[in-house]
Amino acid sequence: MKPIIEVKNIGKKYDITHQRGGYLTLRDVLTSIFKNPFSFLKTKTKQIIGLETKEEFWALKDINFSVQKGEVIGIIGHNGAGKSTLLKILSQITPPTTGEIKIHGRVGSLLEVGTGFHPELTGRENIFLNGAILGMKKKEIAKKFDEIVEFADIGKFLDTPVKYYSSGMYVRLAFSVAAHMETDILIVDEVLAVGDAEFQKKCLGKMEEITKQQGRTVLFVSHNLNSIKELCKKTILIENGQIKAFNITDKILDIYNENNNKIIENKSQIEFENNNKNKDFIFKKIWINKEYGATTNMILHNQDFDINVEMEIFKESWPLEISLTIKNSNGVNVTSTSLSDSEGGKVYVFKRGLYKTVTKIKGDFLIPDTYTIRLYAHEKGVQDIDIRDDAIRFKIIDAGSTMHSYGEASTYWSCVFSNANWEIQELK
Amino acid sequence: METPTTIIKPKKLFSFSDLKEIWEYRELLYFFTWRDLKVRYKQTAIGVLWAVFQPFITMVVFTVFFGGLLKISSDGVPYPIFVYTGLLFWQFFSGALSDTSNVMIANQAIITKVYFPRLILPISTVITKFIDFGIASIILVGMMFYYGYAPRLVGLFILPLLLVITFMASVGLGLFLASINVKYRDVRYALPFFIQILMFVTPVIYPAGIAGKYSWILALNPMMGVIQSARAALLGTTVLNWLLVFISLVATFILMLFGIYMFKKTERYFADII
Repeated sequence: MKPIIEVKNIGKKYDITHQRGGYLTLRDVLTSIFKNPFSFLKTKTKQIIGLETKEEFWALKDINFSVQKGEVIGIIGHNGAGKSTLLKILSQITPPTTGEIKIHGRVGSLLEVGTGFHPELTGRENIFLNGAILGMKKKEIAKKFDEIVEFADIGKFLDTPVKYYSSGMYVRLAFSVAAHMETDILIVDEVLAVGDAEFQKKCLGKMEEITKQQGRTVLFVSHNLNSIKELCKKTILIENGQIKAFNITDKILDIYNENNNKIIENKSQIEFENNNKNKDFIFKKIWINKEYGATTNMILHNQDFDINVEMEIFKESWPLEISLTIKNSNGVNVTSTSLSDSEGGKVYVFKRGLYKTVTKIKGDFLIPDTYTIRLYAHEKGVQDIDIRDDAIRFKIIDAGSTMHSYGEASTYWSCVFSNANWEIQELK
Repeated sequence: METPTTIIKPKKLFSFSDLKEIWEYRELLYFFTWRDLKVRYKQTAIGVLWAVFQPFITMVVFTVFFGGLLKISSDGVPYPIFVYTGLLFWQFFSGALSDTSNVMIANQAIITKVYFPRLILPISTVITKFIDFGIASIILVGMMFYYGYAPRLVGLFILPLLLVITFMASVGLGLFLASINVKYRDVRYALPFFIQILMFVTPVIYPAGIAGKYSWILALNPMMGVIQSARAALLGTTVLNWLLVFISLVATFILMLFGIYMFKKTERYFADII
């Protein structure tokens, strides 16, 4: 059978200069000419005669794969591996630098829920606007309208501007419009990570209906390995812009987890590259140690441990919140904690200097699994200052816990130890 | 049902399938225009009346200062109706220009998440402005009744052509500015100033005859031909100069091709650098 999607030799190159944060102004260009007319001329001539060695970065290289009709393909990989770039190319948002993709059928892409929602418009109006932006015809939307409203469960707020919606309602409506697209191929990026637990379940159900009953082709990117496992038969693992493996989902997940474990053994302390856009703040390093013990990233499940973070600040009297999130191997955020938690909610005001924070985590809390830490400094509710995803990995090792008997399945049922007490009474 | 085949590869500059694609997405064009009209006057007290107010008040002020105090010639017709005709076209053009130059940035959230022919955004902006033009021209009709002017028959024929020229000129220049603006935000600061200068070299507040025999140079500015011809056709200020219309048309056409070329050239990396 002819594949519905054929991807051949796709590559995407970025010039590093394009990637610099912020935007260029003519003034920047002009001042660089005046400051350094000589070097400007030199690079220009080099460019013209083609000698220049431009700094290039291949976000994707040599991507080849094909998808059959009705297949549901998961795409996983670490942050920055190139998943999003691949999706953007597949959805024609940005063109590839090399290669060609052939797609037979209508494509709907869902890189975000609620794209183009306008806060001033009512729910009803936004259904039509959003639908049109996603590529639906007006007639199609009108036909599906009742279904969309019912699925979103927004009832009497249909004619209220969405700026008055709760964030839950907003997301439900947005997902609902997207879920009713009738395209042959659906490209989905992590949208299930929204809404409350109940709605997430509903979304997963809808996804299953789309894939299993309607037989549509879906490409699905997610960090949540559980939903990948549930929805996708086959999965692509992307690493450093290349396809590392493309196989049955279970096999891919094994490879993925094995890779993660490899990284653990080598690094028990991570020193960050100094690449933060905000020049007033840098995270310098992170390491974990057993309480009163050595630096390690293997912790026994009943052992207390410390997460240490070193950072440097170049600004006076700066109220900053330092937070960290612990994520398990399924991509579930198990817990988040912040510096202000221990200060009664008061945000610490930093001065210029070098700081170290120690976060003490109790034993008998995280169940045996592999975890990563996301580290972030932010001005609370204003802006993020520095974010380090997957800053460090560590492993909680089972030293005969209650989870022991469940083995691999334990992370499916739990994230943390409940430490609950059970009682039983014989009633008769 | 037929299944369309999409081929994604490194982009070429321009092909005629682009036009076909815009046609396929005409509903989206409609929705963008509808959204802009709907949203624009939300939370305003007098709403759509703003479309009339702006040119009207400007007309009053100009009439007092330029017509009354400075006594600028108006080719023998009352100054208010003279300047209003000019303003009507001018504000359509300048409004469309400043809005299109910013349209890619204003819609950046959509551009980076969904594919559609990008050309739709600037076009829908100009259509929105065109609707404003339609509303504001009610005043002109009223004034024509009041001062007792009837348009010539030829005027009714040439008016659509003049509108097409204005439309194309704003799309062309707008596309050019929009593509620069994606990379260099200087446009935001330079444009208001540029528009102001441009208004003074366009015969909005004075008759085009001022330039004498050099008026053909000014005619390279398409808006000059448009405004002068509109006055000739509606008010009979001068004889309709077909050569002028022709120059405007050609200049506009070149402007538009240039705008589309620039836009298509930068379109490739819009989503990457916006």
